[in-house]
Amino acid sequence: MDIGKRLGLEYGPPTRNAFGEALLELGRENHDIVVVDGDVGNSTRTQSFGDAFPERFFNVGIAESNLVGTASGLAASGKLALAASFACFLFCNAYDQIRMSVAFPRLNVKLVGSHSGISVGEDGPSQMAIEDIALSTSLPNFTVLVPADAPSTRAATRAMFAHEGPVYLRTGRPKVPIIYPDGVDFQIGKANQLRDGRDVTLIACGLMVAAALEAAHDLSQEGIEARVLDMHTVKPLDEEAIELAARETGCIVTAEEHLVQQGLGGAVAQAVVARYPVPMRFVGVPDVYAESGKPQQLLEKYGLMPADITKAARDALARKEAQHAGSLS
Amino acid sequence: MMAENGNRPRRSLDELRQTSWRLSRQIMKMTTDAGSGHPSSSLSAIDTLTALYFGGIMRYHPERPQWPDRDRFILSKGHGVPALYAVMAEAGYFDPQRLMTLRELNSPLEGHPNMRALPGLEASTGSLGQGLSIGLGHALAARLDGRDYRVYVMLGDGEADEGQVWEATMAASKFDVDNLTAILDYNQYQQTGPVAEVMPSLPPFADKWRVFGWHVLEIDGHDLQAILEAFEEVRQVRDRPQMIVAHTLKGKGLSPFEDNDVNRMHGETLDEEQLEVALSELDARYGYVAGVK
Repeated sequence: MDIGKRLGLEYGPPTRNAFGEALLELGRENHDIVVVDGDVGNSTRTQSFGDAFPERFFNVGIAESNLVGTASGLAASGKLALAASFACFLFCNAYDQIRMSVAFPRLNVKLVGSHSGISVGEDGPSQMAIEDIALSTSLPNFTVLVPADAPSTRAATRAMFAHEGPVYLRTGRPKVPIIYPDGVDFQIGKANQLRDGRDVTLIACGLMVAAALEAAHDLSQEGIEARVLDMHTVKPLDEEAIELAARETGCIVTAEEHLVQQGLGGAVAQAVVARYPVPMRFVGVPDVYAESGKPQQLLEKYGLMPADITKAARDALARKEAQHAGSLS
Repeated sequence: MMAENGNRPRRSLDELRQTSWRLSRQIMKMTTDAGSGHPSSSLSAIDTLTALYFGGIMRYHPERPQWPDRDRFILSKGHGVPALYAVMAEAGYFDPQRLMTLRELNSPLEGHPNMRALPGLEASTGSLGQGLSIGLGHALAARLDGRDYRVYVMLGDGEADEGQVWEATMAASKFDVDNLTAILDYNQYQQTGPVAEVMPSLPPFADKWRVFGWHVLEIDGHDLQAILEAFEEVRQVRDRPQMIVAHTLKGKGLSPFEDNDVNRMHGETLDEEQLEVALSELDARYGYVAGVK
């Protein structure tokens, strides 16, 4: 992948690794933390916790329904229970268990889904979660976190355990550009403004935050100044930041490594329409399943590159200007 | 003032029998009054629940429903919840007069168990297959916390169609949770017909759990003495979870239910006329007269 490289961003560990490191650290600090694994601990990176604290690590086998249910019972008896698997298996296999055994009873269960988005690459669409943001944000009582890089994922992991109630943390497989310094603060529900601008706002989550920063850089070369918001918390959404962006920049583009419908873009659009309607464009996986390939090739083919964001930004800006001209005539 | 150890007064066999009779009456009345619900699935479970809560088996404090050392009961077959509500009211979790608010707006007695609505419920169930996994989580938490509470999970027989039941069965065996006891309410009928017809390879149940390494008992689930003895036996088992296959009947001895050979009125309530018949048949079966004993 080359996203962010033109900006001079360095590549750091995959967000799944950062999560695993933070989990191990937290496990030393808090003995109530327990982990339930669906026999993918070496993929989700919960394994180092399991090696350090075998008595607090339960591999229930390739059985996502029981994975979630067991975590639910542990949480109901007061443990800080985390269940992890590939995001697609967790949400697509065990959705009813997440609904009935976690969301509805508002239990303090932490779900971590790795291998999100199409940057999974060669393993192909069966392993790629492109529906998980839609599924998780659809659940009442859920908090949904999609951090962009390793430092913010470490902080998000800590914030997730400090938060009382069901949380979903989305992590990814490949190495990704580093955006934040080590020790960065992570405030659930509060978007981070990474760049200011008055012409258009780019709202992104996960890997697409780096892509949005690169797009903003390119737009700036054309004389278009873009604001960039890292919307790392997709639920609850920072509607204040969204309204401010709509008022101050007049048009918005969202970008996510997820189906373009019903993910971050849909959520932002709902907030925009309710609070301060402005033209919007949406970057995400179109309404299809992807295929095997290298992450870079897939991001290019399915329209998730910085160039796709700049194009969407120009479209949104043109629409804003046309409306503005129309209202003046 | 209840004992700090949560031990409850152990009712005599006669008293338990009378309790079961009284609660059976309440189940039928409350579901008829509500106009919907699953009375037959509740009646098949009532003797087991009566023994658990009033036979000196479970430790609990109705006034402290979150007491950390309490024994847990999870009704995985959530549609049988009128039986659990009747038992909880009898135990003192809430005023028995509230039983007649079953399924009404703003009543904590929802159509299926909602643990956030009614203190004392240990799980929100109603989507079948999930309770055993939840029970496993509680059982593991007891081990981690060094507590000696036990976890009881009641499953339906038709519920065993669900794959999650077997995921949990395997995992409970792997982790050697001897503080986990499951009860299969083998009442023989599920929604559209006999269990043996809907899923012919499911019975016999005992063999299935035995090969997964569980300690398995089979009992008459309407024989209170046998139920009490089963619960005493499972308490002695070490290093493995236990399954009590309780052979029961939906609406045993009550003609409105028994006359229905499709599913024994699964998910159907008695109308006023049927209720009168069933109540008098129940009274005759137990030899009690309502209002006298």
